Amino acid sequence: MMASGNGQPSSPGTFFEEVIAKTPGGEALRLCLQCGTCGGSCPSGEDMDYTPRHIFAMLAANMKDKVLRSNTPWYCVSCYYCTERCPQEIPITDIMYTLKRMAIAQGLYEDADAPDWSQTFIGMVEQFGRSYELGLATRYHLTHRPLGKIRLGTFALDMLRRDRLALTPSSIRNTSQLRAILDKAKELEGAQ
Amino acid sequence: MRYAYYPGCSLERSAASYHTSAMKVADRLGLVFQEVDDWNCCGATEYFAINLLPAYALVARNLALVPGDLAQMAVPCSACYVNLKKTDKYMGKYPQLAQRVGQSLAAGQLGYRPGGVQVRHLLDIIVNDVGCDAITKGVVKPLTGLRVAPYYGCLIVRPENGFDNPEYPTSMDRLLRALGAKVVDYPLKAQCCGGHMTQISEKVAYELIRRLLHNAAEYDADVIACVCPMCQLNLDAYQGNVNRHFGTDYRIPILYFTQLMALALGLSAADAGLGSEIVSAQPALAKIAVEVPQEEDKKARKRADKRALPMPTMPDEEA
Ligand code: SF4
Ligand code: SF4
Repeated sequence: MMASGNGQPSSPGTFFEEVIAKTPGGEALRLCLQCGTCGGSCPSGEDMDYTPRHIFAMLAANMKDKVLRSNTPWYCVSCYYCTERCPQEIPITDIMYTLKRMAIAQGLYEDADAPDWSQTFIGMVEQFGRSYELGLATRYHLTHRPLGKIRLGTFALDMLRRDRLALTPSSIRNTSQLRAILDKAKELEGAQ
Repeated sequence: MRYAYYPGCSLERSAASYHTSAMKVADRLGLVFQEVDDWNCCGATEYFAINLLPAYALVARNLALVPGDLAQMAVPCSACYVNLKKTDKYMGKYPQLAQRVGQSLAAGQLGYRPGGVQVRHLLDIIVNDVGCDAITKGVVKPLTGLRVAPYYGCLIVRPENGFDNPEYPTSMDRLLRALGAKVVDYPLKAQCCGGHMTQISEKVAYELIRRLLHNAAEYDADVIACVCPMCQLNLDAYQGNVNRHFGTDYRIPILYFTQLMALALGLSAADAGLGSEIVSAQPALAKIAVEVPQEEDKKARKRADKRALPMPTMPDEEA
């Protein structure tokens, strides 16, 4: 048995250990003091189901379901305030990314918008090597509101008028090389 | 001074004015930027949420494509900057990660040794390599009387980058002062613009944007200067939505710092990439006698490419 920073017992194979193993530098999570600096610094803290500090207490208690179903990781905007300020140098933003990956892998999220947005984006990048805004927005809307009329509203209209929306993807030349790299990376990750 | 240059996807279109002005300014300052050949998307803030190793491999391909004679990479987008810098740093710090990223790159006949490329934000290069003294000497049209609020946002300064303070950065303040502007010092200058939150929860995103606009307005800013396409997009293109949502009436133009530099260095409004901002910069720039090109609304390009997706219907266009 290992002890986490906040006195919770923890053993291999637990949710807590899994999060640590899946985050570069995740070991630092054991040192969390529950000081609350992260939550107090978080711009979306008020709208999160649980603040980052609260999430880390739940992690230590292995409350997997509640953590992965919460909106907290999805409301993280990657501002790195928490990471910068954490007295224990816990890579909090990276842990939020780990929780997003685990929630997707296990299908444990309540509101599908955020994970789907990320996946739409990645699908495009894997295909072309580049991203483009309108493709992203349109594809996302086609997947999510296939029967509704696509309304991007004044935002897209304003952008189109200023010629700031790319309507066609730009692609890298060596897409096969990129594919080979990503396929290998996925294979290695799967084998972990 | 020669650098590899990584533009990132936004600078191809939605932030074309950043690219144009950065190139013109670099040229004027004697900086040589060589675009990384066949660079790919950095994954923005999304890829790390899906697959970890492929996310690092995606970023690392760009580092691997930098020619051996270029030791430094200039990056104008803060999100790309943080991904590139972090990937290099983590590969150095975590050997197992480096090894597996290396194996992935090898599948594409590429390789990258951590530390091989020093990743730097464009602002860092301009302020620290060129320097404010040299820039002052090049100023022919000082921004006298213009109140500029430097907006740093997150990723240029956090996680700590080594060139500025992560909580209270001042590089851009010094630069803008060197251009003759009146720099507005306001508390929220390194707060978050909301990132991709506009796509996830409008309510949360609009409040983050409103706070920033409000704070800059409280300090009487004529214009907000930014260093990242995501920040520019959120503050500029969503300013109207924010006004509608809160019943406010902010009209603060959001320009890239390179656009203000271009003007001060005597380049034309077109070279400064002016005219594509959604919130008009004309009233503010009239203070320094700059005329913003009045573009005819560019017609949406017709779908010429069969890879293009069906066009959404624009409610206003039906009329
Ligand atoms: S700031 Fe760090 S130590 Fe404090 S509660 Fe958050 S994660 Fe734990
Ligand atoms: S990085 Fe995420 S969790 Fe940390 S303060 Fe920013 S939004 Fe909150």
